[in-house]
Amino acid sequence: MALAKGTEEEVSVAPSREVGTLGLALANPGVLWGGALLAAMALLAIVGPFFTVDPMALNPIQRLKPPSAEVWFGTDFLGRNVFARVVSGARVSLVVGVSVAIIAIAIGLLLGMVAGYIRALDAPIMRVMDGLMSIPGILLAIALVSLSGATLTTVIVAIVVPEIPRVVRLVRSVVLTVREEPYVEAAIAAGTRTHLVMTRHILPNTIAPLIVQATYICGSAMLLEAILGFLGAGIPPEIPSWGNIMSEGRTYFQISPWIIFWPGILLAATVLAVNVMGDGLRDTLDPRIARSM
Amino acid sequence: MLRYILLRIAATVPVMAVVALFVFLLLRLTPGDPAAVIAGDYATAEDIARIREQLGLNDPLPYQFITWIGLLLQGNLGTSIFTNLPVTTLIGQRIEPTLMLALTTIIFSVAVAVPLGAIAAWKAGSLLDRFVMLFSVGGFSVPVFVLGYVLIYLLSMKLQILPVQGYRSPWDGLGPFLAHITLPTLTLSVIFIALIARMTRASAIEVLQEDYVRTAYAKGQNEFTILTRHVLANAAVPIVTVIGIGIALLIGGVVVTESVYNIPGLGRLVLDAVLARDYPIIQGLILFLSFVYIVINLLIDISYAFLDPRIRY
Repeated sequence: MALAKGTEEEVSVAPSREVGTLGLALANPGVLWGGALLAAMALLAIVGPFFTVDPMALNPIQRLKPPSAEVWFGTDFLGRNVFARVVSGARVSLVVGVSVAIIAIAIGLLLGMVAGYIRALDAPIMRVMDGLMSIPGILLAIALVSLSGATLTTVIVAIVVPEIPRVVRLVRSVVLTVREEPYVEAAIAAGTRTHLVMTRHILPNTIAPLIVQATYICGSAMLLEAILGFLGAGIPPEIPSWGNIMSEGRTYFQISPWIIFWPGILLAATVLAVNVMGDGLRDTLDPRIARSM
Repeated sequence: MLRYILLRIAATVPVMAVVALFVFLLLRLTPGDPAAVIAGDYATAEDIARIREQLGLNDPLPYQFITWIGLLLQGNLGTSIFTNLPVTTLIGQRIEPTLMLALTTIIFSVAVAVPLGAIAAWKAGSLLDRFVMLFSVGGFSVPVFVLGYVLIYLLSMKLQILPVQGYRSPWDGLGPFLAHITLPTLTLSVIFIALIARMTRASAIEVLQEDYVRTAYAKGQNEFTILTRHVLANAAVPIVTVIGIGIALLIGGVVVTESVYNIPGLGRLVLDAVLARDYPIIQGLILFLSFVYIVINLLIDISYAFLDPRIRY
């Protein structure tokens, strides 16, 4: 009986500790409001397209109509419903933002761990990263897309490549600090194999700064995707991404500015939410950086 | 000092080499046939073969690299496929508007952001400080081109006080130049001001806690002198560093801003090249702008010694 009670307590203690960290993060207004806005945007992106009219449906009679009760965001030069297009553009934007963040973090984590831990590979990896960092990100992405053809995959790859060096630098700096810690030295002295030292003792230290970094990457990836689309070097024009909608709206800007403004407002709000959440997470998860900024 | 400068210059060589190698491999290692992509959807097999020949893609890779690097070291950035002009000539024709826009943006941003950041730090926690912090988060979230269109809508279409688009050279009269460069400069400056103001505030707050600042207050020094002579002078290194990092942001922003305002600069050159699939121009411009970025950051590194006499090499 007493034993059973004991296990029950243990079970209840473990999740409450988890809630503790989460609660701490949510107590930060930036995380709370940024996260809430982002959740709303994600909900819109996931379920929204099921409730709107077809974003591709042409309606030539209803061309360039201003926003009204029937067509909330107005119509574009082919009479397509801008609201439906913006909602389905939210999907593209979030998919690009999240996939770029995950891929860039994964590759950067691997390279950064190797550079920080294996001394012989440190200099070569970091020199390549220095070079990559010197190439302006937008130009590199434009070149990659124009060479390999515009598809969703190439756009994601083109945005991932310029983001990698920053992640590598961050991970490497964490690894260089942690590897001097007594518990890592103890693990090495005890004969722990290299991959176990790296995964069990060093990797967990990189998680907090990487979560913060991932939010920033997600925000800048969404911006870069829209910029590429706007410049005509992004996802194929038939897919209604925010950048593509705004790119098509350019010609008609003087008569129908809403075609650019609605996706622009949504994009700015989403990126703002991501950045505010990132700042909040940085303050709660990584007090060291918080003090210096 | 001289030794440091020489070492620092030498250190840029491997970085430039990596950039060159990367740009070289970009075309050669891209999956699929780049010659076919450049030739376009309606190209015949002969067209593709011609472009492959023109880009030298038939030779063995190391041979291609050596010839290419050899030309690069002579200042040859390649030749445009369609106009047959050297890329350096094209850059020369288009560089003035880009340079002017970059200069006005840096001057305006620094003139606004440094005082703003310093005052925010001085009055930390005040309403103005909150506004600066809000602006610096917001500035990073609004896409450059959306901001550009908002400004065109308000100032050119509604108030009609500034021309919508285009560029006038300052050599043809300062008035038209300023009228045309104002909106692009404002557009591009927002993100730059956000970046610099944030860094100025952060480093000034740190300096404000130093003993010598307290001493200056104690001896009755006036606050303006404390802020400029003691605080900003000592916060200069991180501020200048962030301006250097911001140059990458500026180069990217220039491409977008020139597109919004129809300015015939290097940004337009890139975009026209993308539409025409003129890859040598894209490649030449990436190399050129990366080198500009590296050289500016080299100059900034060297400037530390002058900004902060405590730094000894």
